[in-house]
Amino acid sequence: MLEIKNLTANIDNKTILNGIDLVVPDGEIHAIMGPNGSGKSTLSYVLSGREGYDVTGGTATFDGADLLDMEPEARAAAGLFLAFQYPVELPGVNNANFLRTALNAQRRARGEAELDAVAFLKLSRAEAKRLSMPDDMLKRNVNVGFSGGEKKRNEVLQMAVLRPRLAILDETDSGLDIDALKIVADGVNALRGPNFSALVITHYQRLLDYIVPDRVHVLASGRIIRSGGPELAHQLEAHGYAAIVAEAA
Amino acid sequence: MAAIAETLDAVQAVTDGGYKWGFSTDIEMDMAPKGLNEDIIRLISSRKDEPAWLLDWRLKSYAAWLKTEEPDWAKIKHPPIDYQDLHYYAAPKKKPGPKSLDEVDPELLRTYERLGIPLRERAILAGVEGAEDERPPIAIDAVFDSVSVATTFRSTLAKSGVIFCPISEAVRDHPELVRKYLGSVVPAGDNYFAALNSAVFTDGSFVYIPKGVRCPMELSTYFRINARNTGQFERTLIIAEEGAYVSYLEGCTAPQRDENQLHAAVVELIVFDDAQIKYSTVQNWYPGDANGKGGIYNFVTKRGACRGARSKISWTQVETGSAITWKYPSCILQGDDSVGEFYSVAVTTNHQQADTGTKMIHIGRNTRSTIVSKGISAGKSNNTYRGLVRVLPKAHGARNHTQCDSLLIGDQCGAHTVPYIESRNPTAKLEHEATTSKIADDQLFYCRQRGLSQEDAVGLIVNGFCKDVLKELPMEFAVEAQKLLAISLEGSVG
Ligand SMILES: Nc1ncnc2c1ncn2[C@@H]1O[C@H](COP(=O)(O)OP(=O)(O)OP(=O)(O)O)[C@@H](O)[C@H]1O
Ligand SMILES: [Mg+2]
Repeated sequence: MLEIKNLTANIDNKTILNGIDLVVPDGEIHAIMGPNGSGKSTLSYVLSGREGYDVTGGTATFDGADLLDMEPEARAAAGLFLAFQYPVELPGVNNANFLRTALNAQRRARGEAELDAVAFLKLSRAEAKRLSMPDDMLKRNVNVGFSGGEKKRNEVLQMAVLRPRLAILDETDSGLDIDALKIVADGVNALRGPNFSALVITHYQRLLDYIVPDRVHVLASGRIIRSGGPELAHQLEAHGYAAIVAEAA
Repeated sequence: MAAIAETLDAVQAVTDGGYKWGFSTDIEMDMAPKGLNEDIIRLISSRKDEPAWLLDWRLKSYAAWLKTEEPDWAKIKHPPIDYQDLHYYAAPKKKPGPKSLDEVDPELLRTYERLGIPLRERAILAGVEGAEDERPPIAIDAVFDSVSVATTFRSTLAKSGVIFCPISEAVRDHPELVRKYLGSVVPAGDNYFAALNSAVFTDGSFVYIPKGVRCPMELSTYFRINARNTGQFERTLIIAEEGAYVSYLEGCTAPQRDENQLHAAVVELIVFDDAQIKYSTVQNWYPGDANGKGGIYNFVTKRGACRGARSKISWTQVETGSAITWKYPSCILQGDDSVGEFYSVAVTTNHQQADTGTKMIHIGRNTRSTIVSKGISAGKSNNTYRGLVRVLPKAHGARNHTQCDSLLIGDQCGAHTVPYIESRNPTAKLEHEATTSKIADDQLFYCRQRGLSQEDAVGLIVNGFCKDVLKELPMEFAVEAQKLLAISLEGSVG
């Protein structure tokens, strides 16, 4: 279970997160929507441990463990996965090799046996196939020369192979064609279960037709100003943020 | 060389941090007194029972050295080297040189085992060793301080006519070959350090591949400096006759010592029509400590002559060690359609200084050369690529492609690219590309978010950066080199 209490964070002495309260129980998928610049990506970075953010107050725990006190790789090993809004290119680094190194690093950290090359190849190919991704995606260098949509799909492939317990998807649907959108949603839905929870950051109700969230939250100016069921997303789609933001102010 | 990979881990496990090859071996040594003069040269020559012509050549080289100045154009700084404060000969006691491995001092064998160098010729017949070791064997010449202590697989090689032995032995057993080719690519007075080497060289490897023979296994020389205050001056000579092929590897390490040690080697390669030499180096001499104390001064002259038509020389180097690296493996492309290649990774951390690159001299028609240089600088180090591409008037249709990439880690290090291009033939096509990049924070974070430690992330990114060079190394060496890169850069980020 992810529990965030009154979390505040600065970048360069500027407050970006302004007291976030959020609980995502195991087995649930929560959507986060909100205007550009409201702090959605910042929240995902703070939770996953990116440098450059000063946490000035509050707590964030995952299954009781203090997330904010852990190195990024330890959070990953604990099961936290971030699908980046802007996936990063790693020139010369083979995608399959990267993913296997990552998986085995996590497994080592958890005291599990490492996967050998053959077992990994089998696993990664099966996942690529399930997500209708060509095998050669695994052979290419990490995100180098990938189209915008391919990069997003690659994030989902990584998620499928790493099998996180908590996934944060930061606008993974942006830039995807309709078919890819369904594939990505399938990828998330396949992980659904009592030991998986997710925070899905999106600007579009459309994704939520495929990944039906348990809760929808609206983030504005670094604070959650409204929470509701899936119907809240429809409401936002129809009327925009203005009314809710004005109400909260 | 699977054993190397395994023992590398083992060695890493028994030493704590820093340079993992820094142990020294306690062994009885036969040392020449400190200092350099004609008598010392005579002593070296007599210790090796050399013929008069060689002593004569040494003395002429010494005279040439006295007349030359230490070069000062490289971007390196060091206190003056006191050439009189060194031992020019140091050999493990036990004379004469061992004939078989059984005669080698067990302490020495253990040293090489610790380094991961398999000196025992393991039975490699199918079924004897088991299926896990089906890789082709590698013949190794192990040079400990001034002498070769063992050369493996010699009889196997001899069956195909390949000669692989210490150069001191080649002087004795194949004097006509040594006399004909020694100094024919790097003349005694070529430069300050080559002249010094020619005067005092002690050992090194000799390889001769006869006409039409493809050497049946990789050949490798492993250099180890152990003794204190000694210089290591090895000399390597490789000849590939018409249509011959050989892949040769060299590796080097030295104990961790506070004082600087001098290493000035000369390597000469000669290839005839349709022949090819692939020469790979993993240089991991002790680089000095984090404050720049100690480390090897590595001044090396490596040059190959493509004398025949369609001949080819390929230099691949991974340079992670040494306090100072001064080294420009070069190709003289004399034969028509001959090919020269230079693939280099140079890593500098802490206070290391590397000034390295190549020279491609295009003389024959349609000669081609490729240069791929990857420089990685971290800490307070300086890393310079210095390369010359020269096209002479008769080299119609000559071509060169140069790619120089620098990767910076941190903001206190330096990367420099100094290309010299001289073309005297208008038909030549020369291309030069250069890039400089940094390991970006978002790359590191991306890796760490997936579960990699900071150090593994740096290793992965650096290996990706060097991929075009590493893929030129023989497979086992490539694995080795990857680990070495990661280990060299430990602690250089964050
Ligand atoms: N490194 C930084 N330096 C300064 N300001 C930053 C930095 N990173 C983010 N910000 C600011 O923090 C605010 C929140 O940014 P964030 O990326 O979290 O928004 P978002 O909700 O993800 O927006 P979008 O929907 O456009 O992705 C923005 O005003 C942004 O300009
Ligand atoms: Mg964002």
